[in-house]
Amino acid sequence: MIKSELIQKIADRNPHLYLRDVEKIVNAILDEITKALARGDRVELRGFGAFSVKRRDARLGRNPRTGVHVEVDEKSVPFFKTGKEMRERLNEGYLS
Amino acid sequence: MKKMDEPSVARAKASPVAPLQTVTRVDLAEAVYRRVGLSRKESAVLVEMVLSEVIDRLAVGETVKLSSFGSFIVRDKGERIGRNPKTGVEVPIMQRRVLVFKPSNVLKAHMNGEDIPEDDS
Repeated sequence: MIKSELIQKIADRNPHLYLRDVEKIVNAILDEITKALARGDRVELRGFGAFSVKRRDARLGRNPRTGVHVEVDEKSVPFFKTGKEMRERLNEGYLS
Repeated sequence: MKKMDEPSVARAKASPVAPLQTVTRVDLAEAVYRRVGLSRKESAVLVEMVLSEVIDRLAVGETVKLSSFGSFIVRDKGERIGRNPKTGVEVPIMQRRVLVFKPSNVLKAHMNGEDIPEDDS
């Protein structure tokens, strides 16, 4: 499923809303999570999982094609940990 | 053959950052309330509906791609022999499904104060 399909699905279930409003809703949710992670905050969504920020140290990397070494600055990366309920739902009826 | 004596490339260590605050559904509903102009109650219902839809799709093994944000991918893991790190006892780990999140370049750029690339999905 891609974002436009998600928006359409929610719009179908809420005939009183315009499609562009549903689009705003989905974007507001994703923007809020993005802003939280940019601040270094954690986002915890029970039943789904939690987003947190991890810091990667600066390192000496290299271009895999040319083999040239380049300095890679330290950076923040998002990390998602699947919640317990989500993990259980993924495996419901999956294990034989 | 690959030379083994080349300078080793340092692997970046990822350490968790102590979070300042924790954002929850309540904050997402508040953002929807401010930006869309629905009631607070309906904003909360809509947030729940969006999350449920994503969760339901993932639960049936479908990938969910949210452009400018990232992709949630369900991976099948085969059975393997694990080991209790404390006791060293071998235990079988059954085949299972796991969820991985692959952040988009747009999200990563936001987190590092970089220029925001065009859309990547």
